Amino acid sequence: MSTIGYDSWAVDLAEVGAIYPFQGSEVLMTIIGVAFWIGWHVVQIKSENREIAEDIASATPDAVSRSIDRY
Amino acid sequence: MDSNINALTTVFTEFYYWVTVVFMFLIHVGFCMYEVGASRRRNHAHTLMKNTMLIPLITITFFFFGWWIYWAFPNGPFITGGVEWDAAAANAPWSENMSAHLGDRITGVFWAAFLLFSWTAASIVSGSVIERIRSGAFWILAVLIGSVMWIIDAAWGWSANGWMVKLLGYHDAYASGVIHAIAGGFALGVLVVLGPRIGKFSADGTPRDIPPHNTWFATVGLFLIYTGFWGFYAACNVPLISPEGIGGEVTGTTWTATNIYLAPTTLGAITFNFLMSLSGGLMAAYCVSKGDAFWTYSGGLAGVITASAGNDLYHPIQAMIVAAIGVVIAYKMHYWVERKYKIDDAVGAVAVHGYAGFIGLIIAGFLLWGAPSSPYEGYATINPLGQFLGAIIMFFVLGFLPAFIVSKILASFGMLRVPREIEIMGLDFSSEAAYQQAVDEIKRADHDEAAK
Repeated sequence: MSTIGYDSWAVDLAEVGAIYPFQGSEVLMTIIGVAFWIGWHVVQIKSENREIAEDIASATPDAVSRSIDRY
Repeated sequence: MDSNINALTTVFTEFYYWVTVVFMFLIHVGFCMYEVGASRRRNHAHTLMKNTMLIPLITITFFFFGWWIYWAFPNGPFITGGVEWDAAAANAPWSENMSAHLGDRITGVFWAAFLLFSWTAASIVSGSVIERIRSGAFWILAVLIGSVMWIIDAAWGWSANGWMVKLLGYHDAYASGVIHAIAGGFALGVLVVLGPRIGKFSADGTPRDIPPHNTWFATVGLFLIYTGFWGFYAACNVPLISPEGIGGEVTGTTWTATNIYLAPTTLGAITFNFLMSLSGGLMAAYCVSKGDAFWTYSGGLAGVITASAGNDLYHPIQAMIVAAIGVVIAYKMHYWVERKYKIDDAVGAVAVHGYAGFIGLIIAGFLLWGAPSSPYEGYATINPLGQFLGAIIMFFVLGFLPAFIVSKILASFGMLRVPREIEIMGLDFSSEAAYQQAVDEIKRADHDEAAK
């Protein structure tokens, strides 16, 4: 049993349509994909908030001054 | 592909769009270089990452819903018809056509050509907001313009079936409005809420120049954008089509290249006009800016953008003059808006893309008055009122308004702008400290080894 629905390419290609694995699960794959995308934003925004807080906490006047002078 | 001619047309069209996509990738390279050149050293990594991560985010969201929107909403909906469910279903993320499929060899390549326009729309906004926007906010806004707003405007005004084309006679062959006015308007909507960079305006409100840290990067970046823009022009054409492919509305048997509306043009025409409008823009910008390098290069871009609406039909000399007019107006508008409304557009994107695109649409309405916008029977012809309404829809309705509203929402949650301390210390503060720590450590290790 092939995941793409074909065990051999000795077929009339005019009759061949989709050739990806697990045909029939496209809606499920879309739901998983959208969840991945939304989840990424959530993780990214939390990470950015944490980084900003750490930066503010760790900044010294000297370090800030050096950073400004780098232009 | 049941005949040699069908096979040839399909393979040629696949290859044609594939090449345009590769050229258009250079637009993104150019934007990255340009933004790094324009930003200050303490913000480089943030600037680059902001413009880089829009690529995957817009790509996946354009797969999930952007492409579906283009096919679903050419009628408004409910202006010239309802939602085009059948056409959209074939382009939904769960459609078999959106995959490896031997019965559909072209959808993916055509999808990619549109996707590159989506990246460009977001990249135009990216430059204007550097050095103070939060990455997370920018990426939400990038998805909004790249996979929602610009593709709605493409369905309405940049499709053979778009309601604006049918009713208004809207004509925008190479996207003065469809990419550029909308992106400029969107950038302005974000900037109004975001506010200027610290130090941009003195206490009495006088604007200060914040010089680019690397003029060479800015120069090479803009030349790469020109190159990609030339590829973009090709991507706006259907390269080869038979009269039957235009629904029999074109008579005779001659095959032709067409613009996005399936109205005839040639690659020769658009090549003449691309280069002549680039030249007109560069020359006008050099004069009006008194030889300022930044504005001269940007003016070349603004010139092409101004002439783009009608560059399938203009004479090359018309393209050159239209470009020059657009550049002068965009340049003057930039400084007037900056002084009057305290808008800090770091790279002049609102002027170069927004005002130039807006002006280009209006000029096309007069120059091409009465010309057919489409080969199809019953469509309005090109006219000044249709172009003016189209410019308003692109710049304000689909660009400025959604950007302003979503930016306000993000700002209300404290998610739009980095805190004041972070902006002053630089957005790369921690990554730069970590880099310097690693450099110091490896230097010490090397010195220790050398001393043994």
